[in-house]
Amino acid sequence: MVTGGRVAGAWRVAERVADPEMPMVTLGDLGILREVEEAPGGRVVVTVTPTYSGCPAMEAIQADLAAALRDAGYGEAEIRVSLSPPWTSDWIGAEGRRKLAEAGIAPPGAAPSRRSGPVPVTLGPIPRRLACPRCGSADTEETSRFGPTACTALWRCRACREPFEHVKEI
Amino acid sequence: MPAVPDEVRGVELGQYCLMLGDDALVMSHRLQEWVTHAPELEEEVALANIALDLLGQARVLLARAGAVDGSGRDEDALAFQREPGEYRNVRLAEVPNGDFAHTMGRLLVFATWRLALLGRLTGSRDPMLAAVAAKGVKELVYHRDYAAGWVVRLGDGTAYSRERMAEGLAALWPLVAELFVPCPAEQRLAAAGIAADPAAVRPEFDAVLAEVLTAATLGTPGPVSADAVPAGREGSHTPALADLLGDLQQVARAHPGATW
Repeated sequence: MVTGGRVAGAWRVAERVADPEMPMVTLGDLGILREVEEAPGGRVVVTVTPTYSGCPAMEAIQADLAAALRDAGYGEAEIRVSLSPPWTSDWIGAEGRRKLAEAGIAPPGAAPSRRSGPVPVTLGPIPRRLACPRCGSADTEETSRFGPTACTALWRCRACREPFEHVKEI
Repeated sequence: MPAVPDEVRGVELGQYCLMLGDDALVMSHRLQEWVTHAPELEEEVALANIALDLLGQARVLLARAGAVDGSGRDEDALAFQREPGEYRNVRLAEVPNGDFAHTMGRLLVFATWRLALLGRLTGSRDPMLAAVAAKGVKELVYHRDYAAGWVVRLGDGTAYSRERMAEGLAALWPLVAELFVPCPAEQRLAAAGIAADPAAVRPEFDAVLAEVLTAATLGTPGPVSADAVPAGREGSHTPALADLLGDLQQVARAHPGATW
């Protein structure tokens, strides 16, 4: 097998590993899988990036990746964590957004663009209209900017009265 | 592991990573103390999330400190085996929690200051500090906005909530001056393009605080003293840090080397 084929094969295995906290999406869907290489000597080296600095799922993700690659015949892979460039919710692809919405989690809008210089403070609700992932109504409101996982906020729909999660823009 | 820029001594860079890491670790611990005590479930989730972000920042910074200072200590050794006098956090982070208003006031001050520092550190010549900063800036924007929202709600709320918010800020205010006083290591690293000079972030801090306190219909708690010393940065702490570390280090000290 040529090296490129082996790296591409390892990438396909790695990208299909499910996220431990939002198992409806894969690491590939979330955009946290950054690089797959082959080290001299043949060891597969996978680089992932956390969504948030303290993401408690990182250890499980590393273990799941190592197990998936081992099971697929790639031996003992090295899993690296890199903070740079920092993850942005813009890296969640179209397929990931569709799966999140199907599972009742409103996908993120465009991440705020960062210019250099101080970031202005935002007082009051974030000016954002989110469609309810259950009924589609735009009559929704944020109830808490922090949710059950580091990357989600809590919202509710005033039309169907259901609460839902929203992957935050970052 | 990214290389240390040539002319910078690893020991000094390690000290600086400890300063920023200890700020995050100690502040995270105070926020964690709210878990099971917060006034509403949503606030508990928010405080725990913010504590987790800061803990994540602390872990990377402590690991970097131990790697560059030549001591070979890992993040656990640095968190669990140092005495209070070896901690380099600002004292604002360590004072005990008061009521919820006090916590929101402290979080507003801390997150505004740290966001301004990390905003500058995204351009650091140390690649690891630049990476931690670029990641942390995104998180701190959320922390600051959360705290600012509560300071406005409580300050511009009932007469009673307003009184509690004003009292919380007044209690914290004597610790604010220290945030803007660099210690010698910070000054040297800032001159080398590695660190952020805390004195330089004061205008940004003042502007954000003024905006939030105006919206909260609260006045500035008082002047920020110009002759403060960087006490925490030099290892001089309030007795509260020893109490906090007693809690934080209890299990690791009772069971050295334990894993689970």
